[in-house]
Amino acid sequence: MNGIKFTSAPAAPGEIAGEFTGRSLWQDAWRRLLANRAAVAGMIILAGIALASVIGPFLLPWSYDSIDWEHIEALPPQFSTGHYLGTDSLGRDLLARTLFGGRISLMVGLLATTVALLIGVTVGAVAGFVGGRTDQLLMRFVDLMYSVPLTFFVIILMVVFGRNFALMFLAIGAVEWLTMARIVRGQTLTLRNKEFIEAARASGGSTANIIARHILPNVLGVVMIYVTLTIPQVILLESFLSFLGLGIQEPMTSWGMLINDGAAELEINPRTLIIPATFMTTTLFCLNFLGDGLRDALDPKDR
Amino acid sequence: MTLPLLQVRDLKVHFQVRAGGIFFANYLPLKAVDGLSFDLAAGETLGIVGESGCGKSTLGRAILQLLPATSGSVAWLGKDLTALDRAELKAHRRHMQIVFQDPLASLDPRMTAGDIIAEPLRNYETGLSSAAIKARVREMMEQVGLLPSMVNRYPHEFSGGQCQRIGIARAMILKPKLVVCDEPVSALDVSIRAQVINLLMDFQRALNISMLFISHDLSVVRHISRRVMVLYLGKVMELADRDAIYGAPRHPYTQALISAVPIPDPEKERAKPRVLVAGDLPSPLDPPSGCVFRTRCPKATNICALTVPVLESAGVGHEVACHHWRD
Repeated sequence: MNGIKFTSAPAAPGEIAGEFTGRSLWQDAWRRLLANRAAVAGMIILAGIALASVIGPFLLPWSYDSIDWEHIEALPPQFSTGHYLGTDSLGRDLLARTLFGGRISLMVGLLATTVALLIGVTVGAVAGFVGGRTDQLLMRFVDLMYSVPLTFFVIILMVVFGRNFALMFLAIGAVEWLTMARIVRGQTLTLRNKEFIEAARASGGSTANIIARHILPNVLGVVMIYVTLTIPQVILLESFLSFLGLGIQEPMTSWGMLINDGAAELEINPRTLIIPATFMTTTLFCLNFLGDGLRDALDPKDR
Repeated sequence: MTLPLLQVRDLKVHFQVRAGGIFFANYLPLKAVDGLSFDLAAGETLGIVGESGCGKSTLGRAILQLLPATSGSVAWLGKDLTALDRAELKAHRRHMQIVFQDPLASLDPRMTAGDIIAEPLRNYETGLSSAAIKARVREMMEQVGLLPSMVNRYPHEFSGGQCQRIGIARAMILKPKLVVCDEPVSALDVSIRAQVINLLMDFQRALNISMLFISHDLSVVRHISRRVMVLYLGKVMELADRDAIYGAPRHPYTQALISAVPIPDPEKERAKPRVLVAGDLPSPLDPPSGCVFRTRCPKATNICALTVPVLESAGVGHEVACHHWRD
């Protein structure tokens, strides 16, 4: 406006010179997350467990599926034989199995939750924001999917496509996004009639634009909480499917399966339960701290 | 004759309100805006006053096409906005902006002040570099009286007046031709009001903006408007120049409104004649027959219940919808 200076604008106390770099919500959130000790500790431990799961099995003397015929009975932790955390009742190295199980469990947790997050948030935000017939159509589809029992759904998938590792992600993802969609839709409905959405419309924002720029950042806090609740749910769901013979099969394993096996021999050999359970609970703990930290970091009012 | 910037003709905005019905909903029309017509010239300010629920805000939103009009037309430089498709509407929208009543609610709580002010630029001037956007935002912030060092703050960290300045900066950054001010100062402290009003008037002079100034505060409207339109239950009661409305109101409703404005002199305030209006605003779902104001009007007679008064000329540029304005 060619340097118009209004008298009604109260003069700044001394002319403010210099550049002010703009920060986005994301940069702010990252900074706040790093200031949260519990969240940072959670991130570090989580990264440690993930790293150990990915490269650990290559470094151990025993692989997850090889049986140590010399120690076919459950062996207590020993350094001389290379079974650092002992063996299970079949003589397989427990540490190797736990780390390998971590790979599967973390992968399921991560992939299935990502799938649920992407589909659920998109469907929920669109249904809630656009409303009307689109909302009806999408939400009735969600209701329909809700009414299909999970095991039935998985069995059908198995029959049609055969046993396949990737199917499990698909099946779990297909179930988990439904709740996410409902939550996001509900949140979007409360946001839709806020004045700042109207303001965005008045300043020329298209629907997609408004959803991406205004709706999503505002539902993110709730979404983050739900994600941290979904990951453990997904990990447990995987062990349930595997237990029914619909998921992964022996000798492959996951935390859920290891805990399941360990629970069976709790009285004779509690180690087989305690070790995988410790890994899993530590992971879930860290995820909760991280999720909580993310939620706080994304809320500018908590600054 | 030059075309007025905005021509509103017989604009109606009706909402369907669900009223009873267990299995089959029974809908009643709520006539929020019922047949309004007026022109707005470039650089002019039209004040719109009336009680709450008389359709002031609905009118503002219908003009900006934020609410669909039931019938009638809103012509922008002769082009009907209600008939435009989405892309054309977007192109026209850059010339009209809105300043909202609640300064905090109209700002996205997850966006920084800088991002909020820059948003219209990002929508319309997509070719701008981030440095250019930054410079424009900074310039805008200085003009509305915010420190450029505040760019990274979030709305909840500002006071109400500062939030409204951000809202004004967002509305003005595209240099619009029309700004609808929907009670921009009613949520503000009295001491801040004058500053914000003067800021709006400064912008209006500098950019030759037309303004629709919606308010229920008659003193504020008097200060800022050139013409004033008085609404009651979605209909125009009186439309005239500011001095005519405040000096010689013709409609009994306007007279009552004006007489209720306090005078900052206790002697005069006590001595002034008062026109009192009885009762409450009738339900807009069930408006009175004939003249909508007749149920509360001190001058009402039989004719008021039977025929709807039309807007009659009561002087140059002075229109009144009353059967008894000559009395």
